[in-house]
Amino acid sequence: MTLHFRSIEEAGTERIHRLLDLTEHMAAVGRRPNPKVPALRGKTVCNLFFEDSTRTRMSFDLAAKRLSADTMTLAVSSSSVNKGESLRDTVETLDAMGVDAFVVRHQTSGVPWQVAGWTPAAVINAGDGWHAHPTQALLDAYTIRQRRGIANDFSGLKVAVVGDIRHSRVARSTTDILQLLGAKVVHVAPRTLLPPTSDVATTSNFDDVVGEVDVVYMLRMQRERMGAGLVPDGGEYSRRFALDERRASALRPDALLMHPGPMNRGVEMMVDPTELPQSTILDQVTNGIAARMAVLFELLGSGGIEE
Amino acid sequence: MQQHNMLLAGGTVIDETGERRADVRVREGIIIEISSDLSAGDDELVDIAGCIVAPGFVDLHTPLRETAMPQAETIETGSRAAALGGYTAVVAMPNTDPTQDCVEVVEFVSKRGREVGLCDVRPSGSITIGRAGAQLTPFADLAAVGVHLFTDDGSGVQDEGVMRRALEYAGELGVVLAQHCEVASLTKGAVMHEGECCSHLGLPSWPALAEELMVHRDIELSRLTGSPVHLLHLSTARSVELVRAAKADGLRVTAEATPHHISLNDERLTSFDTRFKVNPPLRTTADIEEVKKGLLDGTIDAIATDHAPHPPVAKDRPLDEAPPGMLGLETALGVARSHLDCSWQHLLGAMSWRPAKIAGIDDQHGRPIAVGEPANLAVIDPDSQWEVDPSALASRSRNTPFIGVGLTARVRHTVYEGRIVVRDGKATA
Ligand SMILES: [Zn+2]
Ligand SMILES: [Zn+2]
Repeated sequence: MTLHFRSIEEAGTERIHRLLDLTEHMAAVGRRPNPKVPALRGKTVCNLFFEDSTRTRMSFDLAAKRLSADTMTLAVSSSSVNKGESLRDTVETLDAMGVDAFVVRHQTSGVPWQVAGWTPAAVINAGDGWHAHPTQALLDAYTIRQRRGIANDFSGLKVAVVGDIRHSRVARSTTDILQLLGAKVVHVAPRTLLPPTSDVATTSNFDDVVGEVDVVYMLRMQRERMGAGLVPDGGEYSRRFALDERRASALRPDALLMHPGPMNRGVEMMVDPTELPQSTILDQVTNGIAARMAVLFELLGSGGIEE
Repeated sequence: MQQHNMLLAGGTVIDETGERRADVRVREGIIIEISSDLSAGDDELVDIAGCIVAPGFVDLHTPLRETAMPQAETIETGSRAAALGGYTAVVAMPNTDPTQDCVEVVEFVSKRGREVGLCDVRPSGSITIGRAGAQLTPFADLAAVGVHLFTDDGSGVQDEGVMRRALEYAGELGVVLAQHCEVASLTKGAVMHEGECCSHLGLPSWPALAEELMVHRDIELSRLTGSPVHLLHLSTARSVELVRAAKADGLRVTAEATPHHISLNDERLTSFDTRFKVNPPLRTTADIEEVKKGLLDGTIDAIATDHAPHPPVAKDRPLDEAPPGMLGLETALGVARSHLDCSWQHLLGAMSWRPAKIAGIDDQHGRPIAVGEPANLAVIDPDSQWEVDPSALASRSRNTPFIGVGLTARVRHTVYEGRIVVRDGKATA
């Protein structure tokens, strides 16, 4: 059976620990003057992006190139997908070109599982619908580990994930990995932005937790949600759930402030996080490449990283 | 296809009147003799030892979907699937293109059904023109060409005022309105049941309430107008409770449930397999239990398939784009028998004579097996253990959710108008 990386839950504790250790190794590779290794020479990675995400796509592309894999990219907005061709046709056509791994991004939950049914290649989930974004979770967990100087045991760590939990694959996957590593997670959102059911602790009072927790994880609030009747308006959303001056000054000095990017300044972020020492936002971007290298290497590598 | 003169010998007859060992002689489409130990004489001897002979099944809910003019062939594949499932009559849902909202389209479907001749295809009519929910279709004209059941299935009639007027107008014509219960404003973009599973999978959800609100509304509209209402494909525990209470109040409310809503729960979607996307969606195990109870105690009158063929090119799409629906005709008996703990007579009633009455075709179907009655019969092997082979299905589509599932009981022969249209599990035409 082909090994995939589609969700934290599916990967399980053992693999996640191994991938975090591997991410650390890849991060070290990335700090070398020449950060390129031959590990995946001759392998082909296909980025299959049905949803715009320049950042994630570039991060995967660079990760594959640093491992010396060949890459190809099909970026299609779903509106331009030929209606006569099914998703399956697209995958089978690309597969026939000889692909070792598909990196799949789609606005609908489950597509990476469907794709895996139509190709023998490994499938990496680069974000599916509201469901999962496991490489984001991996880079988030690694960033916490790096900044706190801890290993893979997050017990005692308290994390608040703030914003549109319901429609966020980042919230789902990052919550999963943090809980798997032993952290305590609280979701901060109004009821309309929470999933129908949840076994994660929740509150709609950001002020109650902002000064308490070790990590504040701000989610991107998409402007289209504002018009969908889920919150009265952007102003009220920001007053209740944004990181503003007051809440930023309530952050513990040793806390971490995270965001998956891209930020919506003036919506969930009313301050400039680059001016806050707690911010990890640029570390997350850097670590994203290492985390994706780790995943690609785990799935496609044989033997060592060096030649 | 010519009629067979035959003797169905060695079986057990089960119909609305009871159960007995008897041989059944059929000539020229009519049952002419019933007794134990008849000899075949010149008639073909069909040995059905160990089998059950029942009135042919009636499906209240068969969307032949693409039945529209140019691709009429699906009436043929749908009829064949029905015959293989033991059905001698199907009520064809109106959500065709064009909609079955006028005499011409309805007559076309009836005519195609007769030409195919594998089962009795009874078109329903839509309640509103184009199923758009606004203007009533000509109920009386449609009733005059044989339409008895009216529904906008595929969606529910959203406007209470329109539904009230439709019930008032239909009442005096003796026809029945059937509702697909779904409050559309609560199910925008929905892919699956709203609960733990959808929360986990991040899929847009269809709350049970969206069904229950309309079930409640239509029960109250039936109370107000005195007109009968049939509730299609009930899927939630609370819906069953509402119908039970309505029946206790003596209201003219009937209901059906599908084989998939008594056998598959929403967790099937964790595989992201679009075969499990259906409308209304697969619910929780607790809902399944209550729907089954409803069928067992008669709150739910009938098992209906909502048989929905979709080709792979339609289902091999992301979950939000893939059309809802699954095949059901050929597996209905096996699924129902495997999941309902009841007598054969009760089960067959839910598949034959009770739906025949709701469809208003109980002069031809679901009849007692008696001398002088039309020979519309299903012969069932009650002990057959089998698995679905998708490549052997009559439907052109392969979207059965029951691949690899062990089923008990299978239709062996189907006799329609005195002709053996299915013999040993295979269609004869
Ligand atoms: Zn329906
Ligand atoms: Zn239907």
